[in-house]
Amino acid sequence: MAVYKFKTPISEEDIRKLKVNDVLYITGTMVTARDQAHKRALDYFKQGKPLPINLEGLAVFHCGPVVSKEGEQWIAVAAGPTTSTRMDIFEDDFIKNFKVRVVIGKGGMGKKTTDAMAKYGAVYGAFTGGAAILAAKAIKNVKSAEWLDLGMPEALWVFEVEEFGPLAIAIDSHGNNIFMDIQKKAEENKQKIYQKLGLSP
Amino acid sequence: METTKIVENVAFNILKQASIYLPEDVKQALTQAYAEETSETGKTQLKAILDNIELAEKHQAPICQDTGTIIFYIKAGAKAKNLDKIEEALINATRKATKEIPLRPNSVNPFTQKNSGDNTGRYIPFLHWEIVSGDSLELTVMPKGGGSENVCVTGMLVPGEGINGLKKFVVDAVLKAGAKPCPPNILGIAMGGGTDIAIKLAKKVLLRPLHEPNENPEIAKLEKEILEAVNMTGIGPMGLGGKTTVLGVHVDYAFRHPASFPAAVAFNCWAARRASARINADGTVEYLTHKIKW
Repeated sequence: MAVYKFKTPISEEDIRKLKVNDVLYITGTMVTARDQAHKRALDYFKQGKPLPINLEGLAVFHCGPVVSKEGEQWIAVAAGPTTSTRMDIFEDDFIKNFKVRVVIGKGGMGKKTTDAMAKYGAVYGAFTGGAAILAAKAIKNVKSAEWLDLGMPEALWVFEVEEFGPLAIAIDSHGNNIFMDIQKKAEENKQKIYQKLGLSP
Repeated sequence: METTKIVENVAFNILKQASIYLPEDVKQALTQAYAEETSETGKTQLKAILDNIELAEKHQAPICQDTGTIIFYIKAGAKAKNLDKIEEALINATRKATKEIPLRPNSVNPFTQKNSGDNTGRYIPFLHWEIVSGDSLELTVMPKGGGSENVCVTGMLVPGEGINGLKKFVVDAVLKAGAKPCPPNILGIAMGGGTDIAIKLAKKVLLRPLHEPNENPEIAKLEKEILEAVNMTGIGPMGLGGKTTVLGVHVDYAFRHPASFPAAVAFNCWAARRASARINADGTVEYLTHKIKW
């Protein structure tokens, strides 16, 4: 378990150094995107329209934050991760088209995303679900708010972060996926659990 | 002060209490889980959770950015006055809480996908009414997170399998949910009635404190048995592995139709938020779950 501290934009070479169970802290630019923002970004790509920000080498954060406005400045009040599996239907194309290097969320992602991460060089960093204030403390500045018409949770928030983490590397760029391993082991434990409860398989 | 204004203030206060401060029983269970967790990664997750609880209290900010769908449970004394004004007062409190705490606007029109921006909308906040004797009004709020809501299940079991069918249904639901509902979770389990009744009871039983097992010793035994079983899955805190997958299990039931065995499992995330207060007829207020003064 090694600890890495990376600054954005992150290179493919650096990302490939990371292995599952390593810990990563990120300094630089992070962009939130949930279901609606993923969908719109991919639609824009298809139409050849540019995104409000170039995502190459950046971190995308599955997060719908609570933000408040003080004067003209947005403040991130609470900003923990949302469940990433919902973005599985978009993430492989998202990584391929926009070259994001780190995907941050909770709950893990599936095989399609794992394969894309191996192919194009990206990792999945798990941040503790619900630890919204811990996350907000690492957000030093809300640089911009894009696509606000999608509503506060679904908008694209551009954060400037300092040592955002700890991120547990749960999917690396070498095809390893901790969540899938744990899930497989849990399934293997099923018969043992049924037996303890006196159930037939 | 006018009754409706009191209701609005109290509803705002319990929303604030629930959003910022976890109930003591949940905090204790998480602290104990941290002490007992043997997986290194699992322990890191529980540490982050405990740190976050402290930070939320210190900065008076919501524990989680998903401040939930707002659900109120109301026990209305049959002789309480102005019951027709309560709904409006609760809607106003929700709007005020969204702006001032602040809460994340979590109310979206499913046809247009537009967010109302203030946590209100058709049937939202949702109000569960119960008429009781007396003249006081008891309000409980449960801000319910979406991650744990997404894995709640109802099912129609085979009556001939009895309780064994239920046990299997719960274990399968926990395995299927995996990391998604922000474990360690609290499970509300109910059977009987009908699908609507089972899930309603399952969610409501989540309001029961963790250290209060069912008063029926047979059901208390079932709760314990299920708790031990689901913690053998190894899913662990945040699904990153470990022995703390579930903090507590509560079971409730209604009688069932001879041909049907409805069952439901309601998941709550570790940020199991709830707060209650009683408003007496003379306008005095007792806060029942949180000892914070405002």
